[in-house]
Amino acid sequence: MTTNYIGQPVKRKEDNRFLTGKGRYTDDIKLPGMAFAAFARSPYAHAKINSIDTSQAANAPGVLAVYTGSDECGNFGVPCGWLVHFKNGEPMKEPPHPLLAVGKARHVGENVAVVIAESLQEARDAAELIEVDYEELSVVTDPRQAVQEGAPLVHDDAPNNTVYDWEIGNPKEEVDAAMDGAHHITKLDFKNQRLAPNAIEPRSYIADYDVNADKYTLYTSTQNPHLIRLLMCAFVLGIPEHKVRVVSYDVGGGFGSKIYHYTEEALLTWASKKIGRPIKWTSDRTEAFYTDAHGRDYCTTAEMGFDADGKILALRVHSEANLGAYLSTFSTCCPTYLHGTLAQGCYTTPLINIDITAAFTNTNPVDAYRGAGRPEMTYILEHLMDTAALEMGIDPAELRFKNFIPPFDGVNQEGYQTQVALQYDSGNYEGTLRRALEMVNYENFRQEQAAARENGKLLGIGFSTYIEGCGIAPSAVVGSLGARAGLYEVGHVRVQPTGKVSVFTGSHSHGQGHETAFAQFVADHLGISMDDVEIHHGDTDQVAFGMGTYGSRSLAVGGSAIVKSLDKIIEKGAKIAAHKLEAAEGDLEFANGQYTVKGTDKSIAFGDVALTAYVPHDYPEGLEPGLDFSSFYDPANFTYPFGAHICVVEVDQDTGKVDIRRFIAVDDVGNVINPMIVDGQIHGGVVQGLGQALLEGVSYDENGQMITGSYMDYAMPRADDVPFIETDRTVTPCPHNPLGVKGAGEAGAIGATPALVNAVMDAIAHIGIRDIQMPLTPERVWRAMQA
Amino acid sequence: MEINLSVNGSQVARDVTPMTTLSDFLREHLSLTGTHIGCDTSSCGACTVTMDGKAVKSCTVLAVQANGSEIITIEGLSENGSLHPVQEAFKEHHGLQCGFCTPGMVMTAVDILQNNPNPTEQEIRHGLEGNFCRCTGYHNIVKSVQHAAQSLNA
Repeated sequence: MTTNYIGQPVKRKEDNRFLTGKGRYTDDIKLPGMAFAAFARSPYAHAKINSIDTSQAANAPGVLAVYTGSDECGNFGVPCGWLVHFKNGEPMKEPPHPLLAVGKARHVGENVAVVIAESLQEARDAAELIEVDYEELSVVTDPRQAVQEGAPLVHDDAPNNTVYDWEIGNPKEEVDAAMDGAHHITKLDFKNQRLAPNAIEPRSYIADYDVNADKYTLYTSTQNPHLIRLLMCAFVLGIPEHKVRVVSYDVGGGFGSKIYHYTEEALLTWASKKIGRPIKWTSDRTEAFYTDAHGRDYCTTAEMGFDADGKILALRVHSEANLGAYLSTFSTCCPTYLHGTLAQGCYTTPLINIDITAAFTNTNPVDAYRGAGRPEMTYILEHLMDTAALEMGIDPAELRFKNFIPPFDGVNQEGYQTQVALQYDSGNYEGTLRRALEMVNYENFRQEQAAARENGKLLGIGFSTYIEGCGIAPSAVVGSLGARAGLYEVGHVRVQPTGKVSVFTGSHSHGQGHETAFAQFVADHLGISMDDVEIHHGDTDQVAFGMGTYGSRSLAVGGSAIVKSLDKIIEKGAKIAAHKLEAAEGDLEFANGQYTVKGTDKSIAFGDVALTAYVPHDYPEGLEPGLDFSSFYDPANFTYPFGAHICVVEVDQDTGKVDIRRFIAVDDVGNVINPMIVDGQIHGGVVQGLGQALLEGVSYDENGQMITGSYMDYAMPRADDVPFIETDRTVTPCPHNPLGVKGAGEAGAIGATPALVNAVMDAIAHIGIRDIQMPLTPERVWRAMQA
Repeated sequence: MEINLSVNGSQVARDVTPMTTLSDFLREHLSLTGTHIGCDTSSCGACTVTMDGKAVKSCTVLAVQANGSEIITIEGLSENGSLHPVQEAFKEHHGLQCGFCTPGMVMTAVDILQNNPNPTEQEIRHGLEGNFCRCTGYHNIVKSVQHAAQSLNA
């Protein structure tokens, strides 16, 4: 049949189950004989554990077992997935991260003991009976303070709490010299504050050891089930991978926080064998604030040097990045290879030096959070750009047009080699900004702004022209940079005898709509109905292998792996079709679900070829039966989506409250399979970005106590905090993957934050305020205006 | 304590402890796992159901308080296998992504439209204020509620 699904806003296949309460989230699963776990957690940010008395808990009603770091499980620790080296070539500091605290606790909420009981209530009650003799130690929570001489040491074997120092770009002396010769330097101190990702589904795990099969099953709310299995089997528990099944059916959001192989996953798996029962643990929200990986948390000083015409001469950035008390799975690559490498932005900056020091502190581990390093760098670049425009008296849009890398498609023009290692695939940065300026009606806005100011109304406009790197690859390159895993993906296509198609992907949907978007391009490739395609993911016993979903990689990497298998199927099908049609294979063409002998009306339908493959009575000699292929796809490069975001705000002069009047997002994510889903990703990302700019922030007091540990204290955007997001797109296909797609998951969160902050600064620029640290709460804005 | 109540049109009688919340009762006693729990401070709204026609956060209602009442959960909203107009609008306008907040959002939207059949955008946003969504940026949820209002009024 003739199909045209690609590019259409096809309604999602998965929605009916979610809309009728039939989603399959981990906490919805009940297993026969299931026991429940509860944790005793450290109430101190930093404390020596002198002793733990579990006797009362062990004798409490319903209790099956109590474990502490003194038990066997204290010998196991979760690994970090990315090795970064110090500037002097030494490997980063990588102290053990035990499943339960051993010797001392290093952040509030760290697991100290676990109780397993017949019911959740019994487990929780017994956990409160555990008596721990703590000896409080001095605390450090700020990364800039942590690396100072004499700061409290989080790990004895990490001097100055330094995980690593790291540098990328041009030699510092060259950058310094260019800065010295600059006509104008814009310098700002930044705090990319700590955020709690806050997927609305709390983390949930069920471990189930089957003694007869000697097999473990772990149901987990993860973004990457195969990665969890690999890490847990090979690097934590030392159990055989073929005896472990990891399942994550429906997952209620992740945003990076469910990449991390958490200690509870391995601990429950180990304990399930110990007690011979399935064990469930579901985090409550308070536990989520105290134990989920956080995001961001960089202290930065950055300078941009310009010539008299506004051309950027050099960029110099120094940051301390807070990685928390332990290294999470991907924390170490966020401030380095996902951050420093994006410092070119969309601009022709000839000299760049990025210098990062990563610190241990007495806080939650930090990991990837929507954008993972790229929003932080985009905030630095784009906030510097608008500030520089203001300082130099150049229009902020004009300043960007002066500095954009000219358009290149990666086919007729080469990719753009940056000063910070990466080579961009294709881009048209001025194109997205021109479109966004049209949408906002920029010239009119400046007149409106001037008129409003006359009447005491503070309107402001802010810009952000971002680039990001998605689908991080290829494996050989990331391996040379320290990644301890490959970053390919697996796509398995099984054509059933009746011509229906089952697809197994190693990527994972936790809201992105794989079951729909993947089915769209599969159906188009084979010329069949989408109803005849079923997408499977999230079960390591079903899917051969996979690396999961993060870094906007699902379609660009996972989709491309499926396309490779589809190509193999169409090629093998051609051999069967040629045999049936008594034609040479080279004379056939495949289109609209039919193999046709070119220039004739002789054809055979795909479904008939599939049936022949499985009932091979009249069949090509020497050809294997079946129509079933699996492929690994390892991309040639990252993909580089980009875009222009413009925010218009009104600031209340009396209260400092920021009202977002308009938000315009023009994004270029390459080719688009389902525009409805892409727009949805942009909306959600933008609002998370606006959340950072306006509302959110994890705070610790001087004792390392989190003072934002609930939804009553941590402000996240609600429906009446934000307007409708006005979206549009340009399309610059990715030249190096078969679908031409780049990824859309993080774009919104990367672009939005600086646009809003810049808009507020523009609104109050006439008062002479240069900067306010995020989040721009009414109090902070009001105080700044009073100064 | 024995409680008797109507859940999605069926009479149920169960013995519960006094501290059992309505959300735990629905999920654990009745296996109605469409009602989700996203926080412990009555802030996220994922657990929203209707009790005697009014939206309540079932994590902060005790099961014993629901004695004698009529509860509708997300599982009881569609009739004869066809989606309720609010569910239909969420599907049509991509008002959900991961689906976790969705049951609470839909139940809240039903309540908003019962009380105000022609809400403005700001009234919808205000009405949804007790429900967190981290995926959609609320854009398509608000659109879904606007379209649901139209189809319910048609």
